[in-house]
Amino acid sequence: MSGRPAVAVVVFPGSNCEFDVAAALGSVGCRAELVWHREGSLAGFDAAVIPGGFAHGDYLRPGAIARFSPVMAAVGELAASGAPLLGICNGFQVLTEAGLLPGALARNAGLRFVCETVDCVVESSESVLTAGLAPGSVLRLPINHFEGRYCCDEMTLHRLESSRRVVLRYAGDPNGSIARIAAISNDAGNVVGCMPHPERAVDELLGSSDGRQLLESFAAAAARRRASAAFA
Amino acid sequence: MPEKPAIPSEADTRHRSLGLSDAELEMIVEVLGRSPSDVELAMYSVMWSEHCSYKSSRVHLSRLPTEGDHVLVGPGENAGVVDVGDGIAVALRIESHNHPSAVEPYQGAATGVGGIIRDIFTMGARPIALMDPLFIGPLDDPHSRYILDGVVRGIAGYGNAVGVPTVGGQLTLSEVYSGNPLVNVFCLGVLPIERLVLSAASGIGNLAMLLGSRTGRDGIGGVSVLASAGFRHDDAGKRPSVQIGDPFEEKRLIEACLELLDRHLAVGIQDLGGAGLACATSETAARAGLGMEVDAAAVPRREPGMTALEVMTSESQERMLAIVTPGDLEQVQQVCARFEVEATVIGRVTAPDGDGVARLRVREAHSGRPVAELPAASLSDGAPRYRRPMSPPDGSFSAGEDPDRLPQPSNCGADLLDLLGDPQWVYRQYDHQLFANTIVGPGEGDATVLRLAGPGIPTTSRALALSTDANPGWCRLDPRVGTAATVAESVLNVACAGSRALALVNCLNFGNPEHPEVMWQLSAAIDGMAEACRELSVPVVGGNVSLYNEHDGIDIEPTPVVAVLGLIDELVVAPPRIGLGGGDSLVLLGVTETLLGGSSWARDLHRARGGRLFSLDLAAHRRLVGLVRSLVAVQLVGPPGTAAGTAAGTAARRAGRAGAGGGSPGALVSGLHDVSAGGLAVALAELSVASGLGLTASGVAGHRELFSESSSRVVVSTPEPALLLRRAEEAGVPGAVLGAVGGDRLVIDGLVDLAVSELAERSRARLPEALDGLAAKS
Repeated sequence: MSGRPAVAVVVFPGSNCEFDVAAALGSVGCRAELVWHREGSLAGFDAAVIPGGFAHGDYLRPGAIARFSPVMAAVGELAASGAPLLGICNGFQVLTEAGLLPGALARNAGLRFVCETVDCVVESSESVLTAGLAPGSVLRLPINHFEGRYCCDEMTLHRLESSRRVVLRYAGDPNGSIARIAAISNDAGNVVGCMPHPERAVDELLGSSDGRQLLESFAAAAARRRASAAFA
Repeated sequence: MPEKPAIPSEADTRHRSLGLSDAELEMIVEVLGRSPSDVELAMYSVMWSEHCSYKSSRVHLSRLPTEGDHVLVGPGENAGVVDVGDGIAVALRIESHNHPSAVEPYQGAATGVGGIIRDIFTMGARPIALMDPLFIGPLDDPHSRYILDGVVRGIAGYGNAVGVPTVGGQLTLSEVYSGNPLVNVFCLGVLPIERLVLSAASGIGNLAMLLGSRTGRDGIGGVSVLASAGFRHDDAGKRPSVQIGDPFEEKRLIEACLELLDRHLAVGIQDLGGAGLACATSETAARAGLGMEVDAAAVPRREPGMTALEVMTSESQERMLAIVTPGDLEQVQQVCARFEVEATVIGRVTAPDGDGVARLRVREAHSGRPVAELPAASLSDGAPRYRRPMSPPDGSFSAGEDPDRLPQPSNCGADLLDLLGDPQWVYRQYDHQLFANTIVGPGEGDATVLRLAGPGIPTTSRALALSTDANPGWCRLDPRVGTAATVAESVLNVACAGSRALALVNCLNFGNPEHPEVMWQLSAAIDGMAEACRELSVPVVGGNVSLYNEHDGIDIEPTPVVAVLGLIDELVVAPPRIGLGGGDSLVLLGVTETLLGGSSWARDLHRARGGRLFSLDLAAHRRLVGLVRSLVAVQLVGPPGTAAGTAAGTAARRAGRAGAGGGSPGALVSGLHDVSAGGLAVALAELSVASGLGLTASGVAGHRELFSESSSRVVVSTPEPALLLRRAEEAGVPGAVLGAVGGDRLVIDGLVDLAVSELAERSRARLPEALDGLAAKS
C-alpha cells in the first residue's frame, strides 16, 4: 500500500460534477476513480467524495432516494472507519439524508437557484477539509445550488458551534442558511458536507484557486489514511 | 330542388386541421398514388410543417456561404461541426423554442434546452455550453414578467440539472415581444474528431433501437400546431402540444450514447425532436438512401391505448434512435442497462423495393398490413418549397418619428440610467461554471471565453470564445444592413477576446411568411448575413428558421440571432474583460456616425421608431476586427507568472478590484468593450460599473454622438495610448483618445456626470426589483 491515495468519486444517475471533482483531485495528487452507485463495496479506497449534481433527479427531495443506493452502505462503513468522506453540494444533501451529518438543506431563502462565487470564512481547522488552514482566513468559492439553505434545530446548532464542527461560514448571506453555515463536519472531523464547490476553484484562470487549499487538505488526510492502512 | 354542392367528406378536410393545404394534399396523393391513410397524413403534416421542412425559407437560405477549410459538417445535419485543431472538433447549433415557451414558459424553455443538447451529442460531441438569447415583453407588463420568470426557471431547471453550464446569452425587453416572446437556445459540444458520427441508417438488416424515455401523448403535433402557426389570445388551449422535460433521463441518455459512440457500437444515431419517430426514422433512412420497417407496437409507451398515429408523431422528450448491427445488440443493451436507460428494438433497415424506391413502413405488429407505407425521402426531402411573394414594406414598417429630429434631452444622465440593466439576475440562476472551463463568464466580457476541454478531450492550450447577438431595432429599419451589422458585432465580440471567428450559426425569427413584407424582411436579412459572412470570412454551419411569430395578426420585428464561435490558438493568461485599468487612458477605435435610427435611446426611451439606420463599411470592420484580435491575442500567451496566474489575482478580486481583470501588468489592453446597444454612453457606463472606477471623457459633441449605435467601434482602456494609436494607424483603423480613467464618477463633458455607485445600483436593481417583487407575491 503506497503511492497516491485512492479516492472514490461516487456517481449516482444524475450526478454531474463527477468529472470536475475527479480532475481536481487528480491535480492535488490523488488517484480518483468514478464509482457507480450500484457498487456494494469501496474496498481499496482511502477516501470518498460524493460530488454535486442531481442524484436520482432530486425527485422527492435532494438526496432522499440516493441514500437507498447500494453504495451508501459502503459509504457509511468507510465513514465509520474514520476515512475522509466529503459531500459537495448535492453530496452534502445526500449525507444529511443518510444521517451521516445532522440537519438538512432547504430551498434558498430567495427561492431561486444561485450560481456565484462568494467569500467563505474558515471556522475550524479540525476537519479533513480544513486541517492546516488558519481559522478566520477567507476563501473565494463558487456556490451553485437551489437547496443550499442549511437548517437545523437550536440544540444541533449549539452542538455544532460548541464542538467546532462548523467548517466554513459564508461571509455574506447568499441563501439564508442558519448561522450562515456553508460546511459542517461530524464529531470526528472525517465526514464533511460542503455546499460550495472547491473543485471549481482550483485554477486562477477560472477566477479563484482557493478551493485547491481545501482539496489539498483532504488529499493529505487521504494520504495519512493510506499510510496508516499500510502499517495496520 | 337544385342539387347542393357536395359537402366535403371528413376524409377530404382532415388534412386542413393538421395544417396541410389542399395543394399539399394533392402532392401527397401524387407521391403515394392513392389517398393517404390517417397515419401517413399525420406523418406528412408534421414533416412538411414549416418547422421541419423550411418550406418558405429554403430557397433563400441557399445564398448563405457555408464552406470553410475547417468545416467538417455544414448545415443540414443535427449540428454544424468544425475542426479546432489538436484532434478536437466542436459541434454547435442554435434553435428556437418560441411557441412552446409562449404557451408554457417553464416547460417550453426546458424542453428547448433538452432538444438542443440532444442535437449536439447526436454528433458524438459532449455538450459543454449553452447560451440563451431571450426576447420578452417589457417588465411593466405582468404577463411578460411571468414569461421571463418561467423561461429563466425552465432553462435553469433543465440545464443545471442535466449538467451543461449556461455560459451566456442575451436579454432584450421590448413590447414587440409581449404577445410572442422569443426563446432561442444555443449549444456547443466538444469531441475527439474520430468520434464524429452522422445520422444515417446505413447497413441493410441493421436494427433501429429507441433509447430513453417511453413514448406518451405529450407534444403531439407540436411542430405543426404550435411552431407553424401564429398566436391569438386563446393560446392556453395549445398547452397539451407542449412537451414535458426530464433532465435526469437526459443526463443518463448523454452518458449512455457517448459510451456507445466511443465504443463504435452505433452505426448512426439521431435524436427525436419535432415530429418524433416520423422524423427520426424517415431522416435516418433517407440519408442512407435506404428504407426502414418500424413496428409501432414495439415502442414502449407511457399509457395503454395509444394508436400508431400517436406513437409516430409524439414529441415525448429524451429519446434517441440508434442504428446498430445485430451483432452489437447485446453490448448495446448492456451499456444502456448500466446507465439505466431503456433500449428497445423497434425496427430494421431495409433495402429499396423492387421499383428502386426506399420506403418507410410502419406496422402495428410484426405481421399485418402496414398502417403507413411511403417513400422515406418524400417525408424528409419531398416537402414543397415555396417561393412566397415578397414586397418591401409600404412604409408602415419603418414608419415612426425620426429620432434625429428630437431635441437634445435636458439630462442625458437620466436617459443613460434608464438604459442600463445588468442581466446578472438571469445568469446567477444558471450554473455557468460546470466543467471548470469558464474563464470569462456571462456578462464579464464582450464574449464568453471557455477552455477547450472536457471529459475525454485531448489536453490543449487552445480556448473558445462565444457570442450571441441580435438587434431587432436595427433590423426593423433595415433588415439587410441591420443583419450584417449583427454579424459584424458578433465577430467583433469574439475578436475582443483575442479569437478568430471560425463559424456562425443563426436562428432566424420572423413573422408570418404568408405576409409578403415578412418574406421581404427574411430575404433581405439573409442577404445581409451572406454579405457580412463573406467579407468577414465566417462560414454559416447551421441554422434554424422560426416563422409565424405573430400575435393577433401583428408580426414581430425581424429578429435574426447569430452565434459566433471564435478560436484562441493559445491561452495561458485570461483575456482582458469589460473593465478599466486605474490611471489608464481611454481610446475609441472606429468612427461614430451620428444617426439615432434604430437605437435603444430612440426606441426604448423616446418611442421614436423611424429614422435612418447607420451605414456599415465591412472592409473597415474587417480591419478593426483584425487589429483588436491581434492586440488581445498577444497578451493571452504570457508572460507566465503574472498576476493572472497567481493567487495575487484572487487577492485583487477579493479586494473588490475586479479592475480590468486578466490582462498581464504592462499589457497594452487592460480592458475593452465594443460599442453597441445604448451607444457610447452605455459602453462607458458598463466599463465603469464593471471595474468600480470612474472616468472622464471629452469631445463628445452631443446626445446623438453619445447614444448612436453606429457599427465598428471599440473602447479600449490602455496605459499606453500613443502606442495603441500607432498600432491602429498601422492597421488602417481610425482612433482617438477619448478620456482618462480616474475618480469615482462617470463624467462625459457637458452631458453626463454620475457617481459610479449610482450607475451600479440602478443597473443591478432593475431586474430583481421587477422580478423578485413578482416572486414574493406569487
